[in-house]
Amino acid sequence: MAFEEIELNMGPQHPSTHGVLRLKLRVDNEVVLGIEPVVGYLHRGMEKLWESQTYHQIVPLTDRLDYIASVSNNLAFVLAAEKLAGVEVPKRGQYIRVILTELQRLASHLAWVGFMANDIGAGTVLLYGFEARETILDFFEDYAGARLTVHALRLGGVPYDLTPENTAHIRAVLDGLPAVLKDIERLLTGNRIWKQRTVGVGFIKADDALEYGLTGPALRAAGVDWDIRKRHPYCSYEDFDFSVPLGRNSDLYDRYLVRLEEMRQSISIVRQALDRLPEGDFRAKVPRVFKVAPGEIFHSIEAPKGELGFYIRSNGTDKPERIKMKSPSFINLQSLELMCKGNLFADVVAILGSLDIVLGEIDK
Amino acid sequence: MTAVRDDDRILQEVADALRARFGDAVLGTASAKDGLIVRLDPSVLRAALLFLKEEQGFNALLDIIALDRLKTAPAGPRFEILYQLYRFPAGQRLRLSIEAAEGREIDSAQPVYKSADWAEREAYDMFGIRFAGHPDLRRIYLPDEFEGFPLRKDFPLEGTKRGL
Amino acid sequence: MSPFVAELLIPVFKILAIIVYPMVMVIVMIWLERRVVAWIQGRIGPNRVGWQGILQPFADAVKLFFKEDIIQVNADKFLFNLAPVLVMASTLLSFCFLPLGEPIRIGTYELKLWVAESPVGLLLILGLSSISVFGVIFGGWASNSKYPLMGALRSVIQILSYEIPVGLTVLSVAFVSRSMDLVEIVRRQESSHVWYGFLLPVSFVVFWISGIAETNRAPFDLPEAESELVAGFHTEYSGFKFAFFYVAEYAHMVMISSLLVVLFFGGWLPPFPNVKFLHFLHLLPGFIWYLIKIMFFLYCYVWIRGTFPRYRFDSLVKLVWKWLIPLSLVNLLVVALLGSVL
Repeated sequence: MAFEEIELNMGPQHPSTHGVLRLKLRVDNEVVLGIEPVVGYLHRGMEKLWESQTYHQIVPLTDRLDYIASVSNNLAFVLAAEKLAGVEVPKRGQYIRVILTELQRLASHLAWVGFMANDIGAGTVLLYGFEARETILDFFEDYAGARLTVHALRLGGVPYDLTPENTAHIRAVLDGLPAVLKDIERLLTGNRIWKQRTVGVGFIKADDALEYGLTGPALRAAGVDWDIRKRHPYCSYEDFDFSVPLGRNSDLYDRYLVRLEEMRQSISIVRQALDRLPEGDFRAKVPRVFKVAPGEIFHSIEAPKGELGFYIRSNGTDKPERIKMKSPSFINLQSLELMCKGNLFADVVAILGSLDIVLGEIDK
Repeated sequence: MTAVRDDDRILQEVADALRARFGDAVLGTASAKDGLIVRLDPSVLRAALLFLKEEQGFNALLDIIALDRLKTAPAGPRFEILYQLYRFPAGQRLRLSIEAAEGREIDSAQPVYKSADWAEREAYDMFGIRFAGHPDLRRIYLPDEFEGFPLRKDFPLEGTKRGL
Repeated sequence: MSPFVAELLIPVFKILAIIVYPMVMVIVMIWLERRVVAWIQGRIGPNRVGWQGILQPFADAVKLFFKEDIIQVNADKFLFNLAPVLVMASTLLSFCFLPLGEPIRIGTYELKLWVAESPVGLLLILGLSSISVFGVIFGGWASNSKYPLMGALRSVIQILSYEIPVGLTVLSVAFVSRSMDLVEIVRRQESSHVWYGFLLPVSFVVFWISGIAETNRAPFDLPEAESELVAGFHTEYSGFKFAFFYVAEYAHMVMISSLLVVLFFGGWLPPFPNVKFLHFLHLLPGFIWYLIKIMFFLYCYVWIRGTFPRYRFDSLVKLVWKWLIPLSLVNLLVVALLGSVL
């Protein structure tokens, strides 16, 4: 029985599109001929909104971009704004920022491994990952008052100091994580079915990955050693000893292993930061009316999803002239078609999951 | 710190190479806190991008940023478009800046850098800047029936009726 | 006993029982699945409705009963309505041949704990499960929509492919027991002092895996997984018809487990039935042993579901055609050779 090319629609309401994403697929019998992602269902006009807000007011708005790891967005923005305005953040503040951001990276990757496993059918890992993520979110609730869109950073530093209870809480969270990672590994890493679904699937050449602007763990799984924390260290990352895991085969299995290893490295970074936390101020004095002299800057950080950048052009007032956010998921999603072409369409969901996109970031 | 000075020097060399190649089309350079900005004439955009990619090794286009200068420079061309380039693995960042009057079509960067695809669609969606040679220039965030270009400075924050 | 009772009332009672018994098992299964999968995942599972949530399946049934019955405009109404009936009917019919225990003597009457005994009972059960495939095809086709059609095609390929190892392993059991009558098979296991699960381990394992695939259960549940593109042949069904498919799937699971127990684990026999000092195990009626064994395999169904990721469709098909079918063929050959030699 011959099957002609048919067009299938996936989403925007679908359990596996990780948000409101619509995929238009052209399929021939089981093989994917083309994918066109349609975005914009979550477009909130953030960039327009930011032009009418002060720099202080923009910081909590950035939480809503990548809502799975909201402190990363805060960090990207405050670093860009501080660099533009010439604000020096005290060492203690920088270390606390590193702790908070790396904890969010852990939370984001735990959510990712849960979603990815759930898409492939191992629903148990979803709950293990989320249970571990809960412990991290509990800490953020304790520290900053919110679990998801945390706003844990301010211009100049962090809003609150880390009390001894906070540090004890963080250490307790870190102590519980290796066991969870081990459980997840036992369920997935050696599992034949997991390997059949992920090894060799979703391949992209390193050259193509750079061409399409892919960043983040997917790029590192292709063997490209690009981690902004190492290449252009920001926020005292040069003080910490950590390695950047690289993959070889650029398939879903490698992306999974890269992210697992990144989680372990994050745990190590947070421990180092806690052990060496310097004394001093945790926040520089920043005026309430934060005027920035005319100028521009583009600054990016290594967010859990890839390279997250902010371009800020200031005009001398306390409101920016233009802010543009370079969203990693937005650019990563462009390479979905290349990764899926020629693969079976049962793999589309898995490949989409491995890219780790979040629609808040894509749609701004 | 030496790395930064090295970067400055290397980027100056890149700027000089551009000037040597394109002459007067390079309108000027400026130094920003994160690297070098080179202002170009829009007519050499495609050639300059190819030159930078193939001969200077700027293998990644990170972002395309469009700005509306209606309020800040009302006399000059309305739009400024910035191309954020990155040289991997060396790590230098270069920003190209071109000015475009309203209604002028800009050469698309998509044939040179595939990552420009959606970034240009976003610039079109938000500002109405058209890119010649883009394979599929249509709105990306807003519905196709939307009228108006929201990030322009004369588009009200609350939205318009015709803009749905 | 008067012929009226023996020939009319008792069979009618058995027919009602054959509807009630799988339903009760299905209800237990639904509850078991929800709770056990929850425990594996570190959750609690439904525990509000009734004691420990035991009334949850009833709540689900009531909810489904009251849902709007949606039939698409262009759907083939007859086939659309026929599909769930076919699936349910064929599954329930196969329960007629499953023996639950030795016949009970009531006075002079021997109450047989099965509805029908046939010298080819095994064959009939396999045939009935093939009829349920029609229900799947009709469901997918009559929905007049891309997703159910593709899901139905996948389901059909899966079921038909996995019926081959089922048939081959069942054949090996029939060979050893010299009969296709399920009652005979159990009696032969009793008289030969060994359960066929230990005598024919390869058959047992292949049958078990194929049985899981036949019932579209994890890890072979790609045709009906929610996170895949197609939600299976029952996408367009709502309300009570969907409940039919859902219940039929669980009933099919119970049926496969029952078949597994009857063929490979001695049906109603207690462990070591002929060992003298374990005779106290006979105090427990055969039916209870039967239930214990079925519950174990049903629990394994749920256990496997909570642990493994899902097979992709081509891996699934490769597994059966490259591994299970050759394995079961070789197994049959070995059993036949050894059986004729020994």
